[in-house]
Amino acid sequence: MTQSTLFTLDQLRSIMRRCAGVDESVDLDGDVADATFAELGYDSLAVLEITAQIRQELGVAVPDGAIEELTTPRHIVTYVNDRPAAG
Amino acid sequence: MTATAVVTGIGVVAPNGLGVEAYWSATLAGRGGLRRITRFDPTGYPVQVAGEVGDFVAAQRLPGRLIPQTDHWTHLGLTAAELALADAGVDPATVPEYELAVVTASSSGGTEFGQKEIEKLWSKGPVFVGAYQSIAWFYAATTGQISIRHGMRGPCGVICTEQAGGLDALGQARRMVRHGTRLAVTGGTDASVCPYGVVAQSATGLLSGRADPARAYLPFDADASGYVPGEGGAMLVVEDAAAALARGARTYGQVAGYAATFDPPPGSGREPGLRRAAELALADAGLPLDAVDVVFADAAGVPEADRHEAATIARLFAGRPVPVTAPKTMTGRLYAGGAALDVAAALLALRDQVVPPTVGVDRLAAGCELNLVRDRPRPARLGTALVLARGHGGFNAAAVITSAAPVITSAAPVITSATAVIAAADREERN
Repeated sequence: MTQSTLFTLDQLRSIMRRCAGVDESVDLDGDVADATFAELGYDSLAVLEITAQIRQELGVAVPDGAIEELTTPRHIVTYVNDRPAAG
Repeated sequence: MTATAVVTGIGVVAPNGLGVEAYWSATLAGRGGLRRITRFDPTGYPVQVAGEVGDFVAAQRLPGRLIPQTDHWTHLGLTAAELALADAGVDPATVPEYELAVVTASSSGGTEFGQKEIEKLWSKGPVFVGAYQSIAWFYAATTGQISIRHGMRGPCGVICTEQAGGLDALGQARRMVRHGTRLAVTGGTDASVCPYGVVAQSATGLLSGRADPARAYLPFDADASGYVPGEGGAMLVVEDAAAALARGARTYGQVAGYAATFDPPPGSGREPGLRRAAELALADAGLPLDAVDVVFADAAGVPEADRHEAATIARLFAGRPVPVTAPKTMTGRLYAGGAALDVAAALLALRDQVVPPTVGVDRLAAGCELNLVRDRPRPARLGTALVLARGHGGFNAAAVITSAAPVITSAAPVITSATAVIAAADREERN
């Protein structure tokens, strides 16, 4: 991907849905950017799975140490957009 | 102190019925669930036929978050556990969480999930292996997910003794109840109808490669050619009888006896352990052999193993033609789910006073001259069922299941109820 294509919240939603599922009590299409993953029903393993999927699809690796800081969808979107893809 | 362990709930996810009554009416009608494999294209594989739970849709049964992180085998197990708890009329949230136990049997873990991840490993590389592989494919995954979902944090475990596992888990659940556990979910499921699963199983040489679902699995028949695998199984809710009575629970029956044995090494010339397992289970129940009204056979479908089981039954009962049945001819062998489903069938047989049939067997093999209940259900006065199970690798287990009510000595009302059940099954068959 090129620098001009920004990673969007909708793309993240799609990855979350696909690889980790959605809790029935959560409206993932709603205003979730600043909700914590825990509030959205995603545990640490789910976030690991989501970041692994991002690495596969976008080539952006998220080191394990960084994952604990990425507690909301907005954090992940920002993190990905701040880093160039590995190619 | 030995508390009496009773079964108060049954959840069934079987190739010929999802839910207790769907399974039971299909079974009494002799309607099986064996078919050409559809979960993958079996062309070129050593197994063509299996019992598949065709009407199961995970998204209709399970939380959306759970589905991607668990194998099909766990989906079936979670569904069976939920059905069993609902059938028992128990809300686990109302019971202290450390008084609730889960012990299931597992035979191959999350085989299909594991295959998909291993495919990613060899074709794309390690970073493509999903994080959920770590929790989805190991044997205890189903027990763990049931425990988490229902808040059951007492003693939990998994038993891996192949097709004997359902009985071994039941025996362990009874042990937990005797040690003070208030309620245990037990049983087993399997779902390894995938290329990795059937290829691994075929290494034993015991599976049937036949393509005709009606001729592929014929235990005790002169034309037996091995067995076919199936997916699904059953979960049971086991409780202390006094506690079940106190909450007004309906009781299906009692786990009166259980025993497990292990075969001597191949070539030793010594008798395999099945007979000893049956004798020990009856001794454990404090019942004589004469008390057994029906035997649910292991029914390997492999000529030598069939002859051994038939000879064992004949020797046990000293020539008394005890009714024997193998409703698993309608589901295939379900591995960890197989004996659990047999226990469910035994409990329902005791409830309705009717022996479910064995289907497809035309001509008994020499050495297999059993009083096999074939093709149609047989009304009978049933107070005690003996369930036999053998797991590949030398495992044997036997369970003695007795009816909830005292055995009725007057046959009249019993026969009426069994006749009604069979009439209902007949109607369904015609429709």
